[in-house]
Amino acid sequence: MKNYSSLIFELSKEGRKAYSLPPCDVPEASLDSIIPASLMRDNEPEIPKVSEVDVVRHFTNLSNKNYGVDTGFYPLGSCTMKYNPKINEDMADLVGFRNIHPLQPEETVQGALELMYELDGMLSEISGMDRVSLQPAAGAHGELTGLMIIKAYHESRGDNKRKKIIVPDSAHGTNPASAAVAGFEIVEIESDENGAVDLGKLKAVLNDEIAGLMLTNPSTLGLFEKNIKQIADLVHEAGGLLYYDGANANAIMGIARPGDMGFDVIHLNLHKTFSTPHGGGGPGSGPVGVKRELVKFLPVPVIEKKGDSYILDYDRPESIGKVKSFYGNFGVAVKAYAYILSMGGDGLKDVSRKAVLNANYIMSRLKKYYELPIDQVCKHEFVLSGLAENENHIATLDVAKRLLDYGYHPPTIYFPLIVSNAIMIEPTETESLETLDSFIDIMIEIAREAKENPEILKTAPHNTPVRRIDEAKAARSLILKWDGLVKHKE
Amino acid sequence: MHKYVPHTEDDERLMLESIGAKSTEDLFTDIPEELRLGRKLNLNNPLSEIELSEHMKSMSKKNKSTEDLICFLGAGAYDHYIPSVVKHLTMRSEFYTAYTPYQPEISQGTLQAIFEYQTMICSLTGMDVTNASMYDGATACVEAAMMAVENARRSSIIVSKTVHPEVRAVLKSYMRFRDVEVIEADMADGTTDVEKLKSLVEAGTAGVIVQNPNFFGIIEDLTEIEKMVHENKALLIDYVDPISLGILKSPGESGADIVAGEGQPLGNSLSFGGPYLGFLATTSKLMRKMPGRIVGQSEDVDGKRAFVLTLQAREQHIRRYKATSNICSNQGLNALAAAIYMTTMGKKGLKEVAEQSAKKAHYAMKLLTSSGKFKLLFNKPFFKEFALVGETPSGKVNSELLKHNILGGFELEKKYPELKNCLLICVTEKRTKAQIDKLAQVMEVV
Repeated sequence: MKNYSSLIFELSKEGRKAYSLPPCDVPEASLDSIIPASLMRDNEPEIPKVSEVDVVRHFTNLSNKNYGVDTGFYPLGSCTMKYNPKINEDMADLVGFRNIHPLQPEETVQGALELMYELDGMLSEISGMDRVSLQPAAGAHGELTGLMIIKAYHESRGDNKRKKIIVPDSAHGTNPASAAVAGFEIVEIESDENGAVDLGKLKAVLNDEIAGLMLTNPSTLGLFEKNIKQIADLVHEAGGLLYYDGANANAIMGIARPGDMGFDVIHLNLHKTFSTPHGGGGPGSGPVGVKRELVKFLPVPVIEKKGDSYILDYDRPESIGKVKSFYGNFGVAVKAYAYILSMGGDGLKDVSRKAVLNANYIMSRLKKYYELPIDQVCKHEFVLSGLAENENHIATLDVAKRLLDYGYHPPTIYFPLIVSNAIMIEPTETESLETLDSFIDIMIEIAREAKENPEILKTAPHNTPVRRIDEAKAARSLILKWDGLVKHKE
Repeated sequence: MHKYVPHTEDDERLMLESIGAKSTEDLFTDIPEELRLGRKLNLNNPLSEIELSEHMKSMSKKNKSTEDLICFLGAGAYDHYIPSVVKHLTMRSEFYTAYTPYQPEISQGTLQAIFEYQTMICSLTGMDVTNASMYDGATACVEAAMMAVENARRSSIIVSKTVHPEVRAVLKSYMRFRDVEVIEADMADGTTDVEKLKSLVEAGTAGVIVQNPNFFGIIEDLTEIEKMVHENKALLIDYVDPISLGILKSPGESGADIVAGEGQPLGNSLSFGGPYLGFLATTSKLMRKMPGRIVGQSEDVDGKRAFVLTLQAREQHIRRYKATSNICSNQGLNALAAAIYMTTMGKKGLKEVAEQSAKKAHYAMKLLTSSGKFKLLFNKPFFKEFALVGETPSGKVNSELLKHNILGGFELEKKYPELKNCLLICVTEKRTKAQIDKLAQVMEVV
């Protein structure tokens, strides 16, 4: 059914319905008698009228045009597309978790509060921080929350000059964006030839206007920042704080901890490291962890244990306030909690070891065929720089699109920005040797095709539900909703 | 060996040979010794699926769910009916295990579903464009406020005190760090005090945020506010309950410039406050100021209709140092649930949900106020929530209700200290006459 192409609106037929509600069993009052006509809508919304079978077939057919981790290998660098365990979905779907209202009395949600409190403790132990807030809804939201905490810290000390955040040029795009949204100016520093922080360049920008440094470790090149202790000392001596972007935490669980490296504020991505599904773009969860002296700035409420019961503590005068309604993406937290329990401490360490093993294995086998700008042991991911031999001028995009024909999700491409034609590969630990081998073989085959049959790459993909899409046309014509609606009105 | 990590010892050995390393430990020599943890993580031993399941079940049973309790609690999260198909279809693993649709050729399912979601949200709100969703209603409202600030190059936002307290709290934390002033406009008898609002709006006002139905469930008449806001060249931001839009005047019809709201009631579980989705919609004029992902229609090289993320040249992709929003994800699966919900309910179903909620809420109000023990706090047109005032502390009323397995209303004093002994009661289409009668019975004798 890959050729299915109907929009739900095109299936609509007057008189059909897909819902059932009981008859209204209270004494009928007419709507006009309870709500004045002036407050009622004049135009009815145009929502399709279809049967239940229509709904089910439509969305099932749409799902068939998607590719998920359950479909196949997803070596998307920086995204940690590991397997999403099924049992975790069942756990989040338990009635006692799924159907609880966020404003219920605390005594009726002790299980939920306990889970959040325990997860805070587990994530603190894994990251080496003292407390973790589960409120941020995504990685970028965690960054923003962490930066607000850094700003609140300086302001609480009357240190109001610190309005700048240092961000390396290898950083995730959200880092500078989050800093800007938190009201900081961004100071970008160039990485050294290995993609690491250039200590000289760092020193040159450190002064009493610097609020902090944002860093990913391992870096976006998949390399461990060896000088991290020195970097931390330099930033701290200058009065700044260190922010850890946890996007790459899958490389170091049980091996090294951002808290021990000198980071003051961190976020983790439950939808990466802790196996919760990406949902086609969300929901994620980006818990923020802090060191002891910053705990008072965490968003409210903080969950505390009082005797045998758990409470939501709002009485925190120095808190940055709230960054989201209620307590964060609780349903996602349940899955991450179940994951950590499934893995255990040693299991998590093995996750990182195997994630690193898998990345190094692919790297060792592909470096003959693709340019490897920095040839050293990588962590959970590595970055290639296009084809090693490329007389036919094949773009990295073409390689990615050709992979689609072979049934693989392509790696992240053109990121990090400091590597030209970047191909960023992160296999994760959940992939077997056989899966890696077949992916590698296909990558080698594509390198061969690039020499012998370049046209097939330039016009790829050929076997997907749709082929290359005219993005310029989308941006030009800006059809952002079904235009049949417009016609209908006329 | 764990069931999620498939490496056999042989596999590991073969892989190490190819890498040229002796052991997996050798792959970590770049981490300085003094930074190594040097001990085991202080966590549990791994649990088998049976053990995990038992543990989680016993934990979940420490909570009382809306299946144990009859829910009359709303205040921003609502116990509406969720058709069975929503769960079955969102749990198609091609949907939920997919990443953001950056490779559109193999993401048409996600992209088309969002396009359909966008279409229905626009239709429901009466606005020109919407994005693929935000974290939740509160953060969507913050983004709306930032759009107004950017648009007008003014640095003050006025928000009515009848807007949800959580939304105002989130707005304040965000704006504190951006040097945008947030001014709260007083209320009079449960609605925005229009005269006071008029005195606040001035040349520096970028936008005015109102909620409809407001936090107390009251339907505000925006006619005068809209006129005044636009005369001052500020933007009107309307925070709405999508369920109400089955029958109530749409923000588009009210002249709103930006609409934000909590999409949870559209087919998403209560889930202790998240994950939900925020929706954000606006006029064509403000389209380019709108943050977040947007799906557009295009075609592929064969001329086949196809969908793709568009308008990407905004925000953190390009303007990362001057970004006014850092959002780079959406609540994809929740937006999918909303799309499936709206499709399943259809135009008639959405209207019926709204009508039944309103009728049942009005029945409950009449019954609860019939003896005079509780009075309607504000005598104004409302939708599915209403505030009651009595002689008994609302905490006490709620404890008594809980003994009868009823989840009572929101205790307004928690967020409005002046509103003592006041409860905000919510009635959705799921409540039956018998349940409402039971609520009245228990409350009558507290």
